[in-house]
Amino acid sequence: MTENLKRIFALLALITTMGLLASACGSSDADTDAGASTDDAGDDAASDDAGDDAGSDDAGDDEDAMEDEGDDEAAPASDGDALTLVSWGGAYQTSQQNAYSDPYTEATGQEFIWDESSADAVAKLRAMNEAGNITWDLVDVVGADAIRLCDEGLAMEIDFDTMLAEGDDGSSATEDFGDYLVSDCFIPQIVYSTTVGFRDDLVGDDAPTDICALFDTDKYPGKRALESRPLNNMEWALLCDGVAKADIYDVLATEEGQDQAIAKLDTIKDDIVFWSAGADTPQLLADGEVVMGSTYNGRLFSAIEEDGQPISMLWDAQMFDFDGWIIPAGLPQDRLDKVLDFVFFATDTQRLADQSQWISYGPARASSAPLVGKHADLGIDMAQHMPTDPANAENIFVTQYDFWSDYRDDIDAKYQSWLAG
Amino acid sequence: MTTELEDGPILTADDKPLSVALRKALFRQKMRALMLIAPLLLFVLITFVWPIIGMLFRSVDNSVVPETLPKTVAAMESWSPTGPTDTPPEAVYAAFAADMQVAADERTHTVVGGRLNYETPGIASKFRQLGREVKGWDLENDGPFKEKLIAEDEAWGELFIWETIKTYSGGYTTGYYASSVDRRLTSEGVVARDADEAIYLRLFWRTILMSLIITCMCALLGYPIAWMLSNTLDRYANLLLILVLLPFWTSLLVRTSAWKVLLQEQGVINSTLESIGIIDSPLPLMYNQFGTIVAMTHILLPFMILPMYSVMKTIPPSYLRAAKSLGANDITAFRRVYFPQSVPGIGAGAILTFILSIGYYITPEIVGGSTGIFISNRIAYNISSTLNWGLAAALGGMLLIMVMVLYWIYDRVVGIDNVKLG
Repeated sequence: MTENLKRIFALLALITTMGLLASACGSSDADTDAGASTDDAGDDAASDDAGDDAGSDDAGDDEDAMEDEGDDEAAPASDGDALTLVSWGGAYQTSQQNAYSDPYTEATGQEFIWDESSADAVAKLRAMNEAGNITWDLVDVVGADAIRLCDEGLAMEIDFDTMLAEGDDGSSATEDFGDYLVSDCFIPQIVYSTTVGFRDDLVGDDAPTDICALFDTDKYPGKRALESRPLNNMEWALLCDGVAKADIYDVLATEEGQDQAIAKLDTIKDDIVFWSAGADTPQLLADGEVVMGSTYNGRLFSAIEEDGQPISMLWDAQMFDFDGWIIPAGLPQDRLDKVLDFVFFATDTQRLADQSQWISYGPARASSAPLVGKHADLGIDMAQHMPTDPANAENIFVTQYDFWSDYRDDIDAKYQSWLAG
Repeated sequence: MTTELEDGPILTADDKPLSVALRKALFRQKMRALMLIAPLLLFVLITFVWPIIGMLFRSVDNSVVPETLPKTVAAMESWSPTGPTDTPPEAVYAAFAADMQVAADERTHTVVGGRLNYETPGIASKFRQLGREVKGWDLENDGPFKEKLIAEDEAWGELFIWETIKTYSGGYTTGYYASSVDRRLTSEGVVARDADEAIYLRLFWRTILMSLIITCMCALLGYPIAWMLSNTLDRYANLLLILVLLPFWTSLLVRTSAWKVLLQEQGVINSTLESIGIIDSPLPLMYNQFGTIVAMTHILLPFMILPMYSVMKTIPPSYLRAAKSLGANDITAFRRVYFPQSVPGIGAGAILTFILSIGYYITPEIVGGSTGIFISNRIAYNISSTLNWGLAAALGGMLLIMVMVLYWIYDRVVGIDNVKLG
């Protein structure tokens, strides 16, 4: 028996070695494969962009991180002088590298290490802080996470007018970013929106034009993909249940209003597929699993323009949200100086406008808008694909951070209880 | 040389009592043994026991409130609301303004606001806003602070913030545990949450029930395979064993995603069934409990088969032949002779599978949809999304207690001596 066991283990060891060799050789092709494959759990992490705070794809993250280390020769992990930037990976991180870090490296020689941990940056930063060892220098997070990090004292307060560049039209940073400065610790880079995409061939001749198509299962039968957290869904439910747009957050602050929103969602519950990672909805649409679904506008842009899927998008009642940098609190002075120098460079008017050559998210500076040009590979005009474009922004919501930081736990309890029931 | 005295202790060669020398030798032996396992012991202590203790501590720790608002907590001791409009006296407001000024300087006011917001929604933004204002206040001359606070925001003139601070003024709290079983700690004691907010008890119950189903499915499916593994010729058995082990060595995420491809509405199973005309519309095979059970049964099957196999391997085939030669038919021989001897393997496999599945996370997250998720998905949510680590720790603590209770029941019913891994 022991002989047999030895033989089995020898064989298994051989198979494992072969598998490792095969995957090492194949890793350079992995990215293209992931794009084409029908299952998406693995490539969630690879193409994660702004706004995924699902935290559900750790395992995928790790795998991709390992793969990337193999591919990415530009990141010398042993270099003590390199700055560690944290972002979402995928197309979004690539756009940041192209627009921010590569030009900066060219100009100054400063090296960067990218860590694809933004999806669970809040929890990780808190753990780092408790362990007293902060290894990150600059972290890309969504607005809600930035507020939470600022509240917890984990992010540094920013003096916008001294630490950031003026707009190229001479406006101060505070004026240039304007209302987008949602927290004292948060330097916005982009405006993204959560909006609805639908399959052209599955909605019939009369394509949806407003958000309430989500709730109209008579006219548009079939499944819909909605996010597994209450944000956005509750607002849309109330809007389509006849609540005036101006009153929505007042109504949502009351028990009755929350019940009303959930009752509205309940009318289509059997037709909802819930998603937690941004890549889910484009995949579900591509597979024909759903006729429509909500996701980030950049995801829909790449599904439509880059992958040529038969999908269209609704800009009606799109939900604006922000993504940007925070600097972890308690960095040593020498690292902080380097970070601030990079941030000054990376958030100026031209750099923010540059980013839109690679991704369809709107620059957070007002002064960047006129500089938005064409897509770097496709050559299409990007301005009309921005959530901030006047034609697209006729009817928008802006995520109410104060409201959600107060009521999120409470509404979430109700929402999850409804989901699980 | 051995000295033997009539009424003294037995001495060794160097005149020490034998018992002492023996004890010394044994002690040295024990120390040597301890030294050998010391690395493992330290490793387990540092990486396993200590974090668990830390986590359990976190589930009752409430020190942030008394540490951030020490004067308020002291001033509140003599106050308890007698009616719905009975707000605290000016002394409490003044103490609170002083605490907030210190806290705002240290940027801890939002931490305590966030902590209290877990219990009563609406507090976080009030603390954040007040923190901005309070920095410029002159504590000596700007009073009375009751009016000043209410002028900032009417909420400070209502009872709910003060009641919450009072309820959570201690350094330790049972509030997280109350929340973990859908209760709420209030000034009147523990009350049940509204039915439409209750979720955790249902999830605990579902987690246990589905884990039991998965364990039973694994036992039913695994038993014949383990029997085959241990009763065929070695060269076939080895091939079979590799077939069992290979998926075991494949990434969990890959296997779960494969199930997604099979089970989704336009997936392999549904489209096959549709094309041969068995069903008209696709069956909902995933994003529900069915999907979770199927995928997890497949993933956990090796943990059931391997212990059963190693126990069955030790049952001599001659026993069955002996039973048959004594007149038992196949079924009786199996039921009376073979099965009882294989029970320890089932026991070991069942415990392993059940305990693994009760804490499972990634598979329910991917294929479970909204009705097929487990309690661990909510724990992860509280850790990474809402940062309510106290509640996550309490949920984890409840899970730990549940597993221990179930283990105790198992010990009473089946007997833990009846478990063998080979």
